[in-house]
Amino acid sequence: MKNFLLFGGMGAALVAVGLFQSWNVALAILNLQLISAIMALGVNIQWGYAGLFNVGIMGFAALGGVAAVLVSMPPVAEAWRAGGSGVLLAGLAVAATVAACVLIYRKLSGNARKLGLFLAVVAGYWISRALYDPAVGAIEAVDPAATGYLGGLGLPIVLAWGVGGLLAAGVAWIVGKISLGLRSDYLAIATLGISEILIAVIKNEDWLTRGVKNVTGLPRPVPYEIELQRQPWFADLATGLGIPVAEFSGIYVKGLYALLFTAVLILVYMLSQRALHSPWGRMMRAIRDNRDAAAAMGKNVTRRHLQVFVLGSAVVGIAGAMLTTLDGQFTPGTYNPLRYTFLIWVMVIVGGSGNNTGAILGAFVIWFLWIQAEPAGLWLMDTITARMPADSPIAAHLLDAAPHLRLFLMGLILLLVLRFSPRGLIPEQRG
Amino acid sequence: MHDVLNAFVLLSNFVLIPGLAYGAQLALGALGVTLIYAVLRFSNFAHGDLMAFGAMCTILVTWAMQGIGISAGPLPTALLALPFGILGAVVLSLAFDRSVYRFYRKQRAAPVVFVIASVGVMFMINGIVRLVIGPDDVRFDDGERFIIRARDFEAWSGLNEGLALRSTQGITIVVAFAVMVALFWFLNRTRMGKAMRAYSDNEDLALLSGINPDRVVFWTWVIAAALATAAGTLYGLDKSFKAFTYFQLLLPIFAAAIVGGIGNPLGAIAGGFVIAFSEVTVTYAYKRFVGYLVPESWAPEGLAQLLSTDYKFAVSFVILVLVLLIRPTGIFKGRII
Repeated sequence: MKNFLLFGGMGAALVAVGLFQSWNVALAILNLQLISAIMALGVNIQWGYAGLFNVGIMGFAALGGVAAVLVSMPPVAEAWRAGGSGVLLAGLAVAATVAACVLIYRKLSGNARKLGLFLAVVAGYWISRALYDPAVGAIEAVDPAATGYLGGLGLPIVLAWGVGGLLAAGVAWIVGKISLGLRSDYLAIATLGISEILIAVIKNEDWLTRGVKNVTGLPRPVPYEIELQRQPWFADLATGLGIPVAEFSGIYVKGLYALLFTAVLILVYMLSQRALHSPWGRMMRAIRDNRDAAAAMGKNVTRRHLQVFVLGSAVVGIAGAMLTTLDGQFTPGTYNPLRYTFLIWVMVIVGGSGNNTGAILGAFVIWFLWIQAEPAGLWLMDTITARMPADSPIAAHLLDAAPHLRLFLMGLILLLVLRFSPRGLIPEQRG
Repeated sequence: MHDVLNAFVLLSNFVLIPGLAYGAQLALGALGVTLIYAVLRFSNFAHGDLMAFGAMCTILVTWAMQGIGISAGPLPTALLALPFGILGAVVLSLAFDRSVYRFYRKQRAAPVVFVIASVGVMFMINGIVRLVIGPDDVRFDDGERFIIRARDFEAWSGLNEGLALRSTQGITIVVAFAVMVALFWFLNRTRMGKAMRAYSDNEDLALLSGINPDRVVFWTWVIAAALATAAGTLYGLDKSFKAFTYFQLLLPIFAAAIVGGIGNPLGAIAGGFVIAFSEVTVTYAYKRFVGYLVPESWAPEGLAQLLSTDYKFAVSFVILVLVLLIRPTGIFKGRII
């Protein structure tokens, strides 16, 4: 009953935005709420089920974005001819180096192992660089203003959602292998670092993602507004409903996105619920609540942590690919840990960690506040500065600064919930 | 012989001096993180933003001083404003300790709860900094720009390479050294410093011997805020002040604290320099350096750069991971979280 009221209140707030601002704004908020909800489910799988403190969400979301580019953009044939083989060979050289290191580590010991590892790394580095540098130079020289990268596979972008999940899962497996033996604080710092590195790689490897030159004009899974407006049946429908055609086309497209995202959200939610209430989910919570006891019962804690880390990251990767799909462009420069990592954390904590329904509600509420804090901040600053002289520099500064109130507000909400309702809006069910 | 000297000067100019200055800034930041960890037992994610806040207070006072015509002659005015900035950061830290952390301390909450609370504090401080000073670049250095000018050095030594020492770099190294000496004097010689170390070693034993925990916590925040402000101001003087860069400093600072051995002040200093020098040496393009040392025909074609500058995060991170895997207690024996 309480949950029903909470979600009902959230829905009513969205309807109010639709009535008083515009339905386009309301649907835009809803779409990002749906994506945030999936990300929050991913974080909840890691933190709520298993107690893993992962603050590298941003990196996995960005990997989803990479998947969107690699799947949907048309391949650049000329770039492939120029440097495709070189990059592939460099990749093979890196793989061979890693394999050699593993082999040396297993077969040798003592000083021979150290020397062998050192030599393998140095040799591997030089060989890879020798293959990689000219290939990358050639690829990036192919029409740099328009392409300058290898392009993608030219497949429908919806496939990228799954690929994004797989890509994030693969990277999470490597990351988890390295850092999951660590206790909570170290894991947080390690994942924070990994996400920064992932973003740095995406920003700088222009041959793969065009880096900070951005990839724009990603194909869409839904029709373009401009095409809809030209269709006679659509114009008739709009006039029939009494809405201007231009406005209705926006609503129609955003509505289609919302349907797609809702379908994914429901799927992920149902799977998460099944997992949480299965023996596997109970085991995870047992490990979270008392890892030593669970280990004594014969559970392989590190292995289970790796499993849940990969699963949660995959969900975040799916959401990241959806986000890039919605934006229609991939802009690595915009990934910012406050927005893509810590805001998602606020959602999970506020909603109720360990509870999937709570994570979704938290995502809806927090994203709504994050967006609406800006007009509210402006209104607040307007009220404060109303009595100041019009040309006062303080008034101008305050009005400029209004958007930053949202950061302050998020911190305040997190601290208040953590203190007065530490189990969140919808607490985890015990037992 | 000249070539060797040239190469040496080149390296000092682009690796040694920037590395020393950056290392000193990281060391001050890592000292703050390590102290909070030693006494309050959590990794403070708000430390980067505390640095930004302290630096911001310093900048505001600097502007006020410049407005009424106070200056420190050849030195930057910010040095005169630093105590006021420290005061601001101390007040803010104590306010957050009273309103946020004390509650969890009383509850003896798990460390991860403290970390999440510090994320909330981080958001709030970040919001305050952006509200007050905005998200853009702010420069506030004044006074003499150089201690040694490249051209003067070339004229004096007759080498092709000039050695430049910017005053902000010199001041960073001197101030950081002074602050570290003061800190170690405090920790080793004063009653409160000894109480703090005792409390960090064994809380229960310290409480039994009559140490007042509230005073220990109070002084820990005072010192951490002072260190953060000094680090933030020096970094801002040396590069420029931008709210977001301070958040990004968090990773190298944590790396420095852990590499040195978290909870150990000496380790934090060593870690700061290890991280700084690794970042600078790995991302420096050695083309000209090698050019001086080898015959012309051997000179490298490319930049002879091991990693692009944008990957400097990766350097601190790789060191961090290696230390965690091989020696989790750090270079100097710290704790294992």
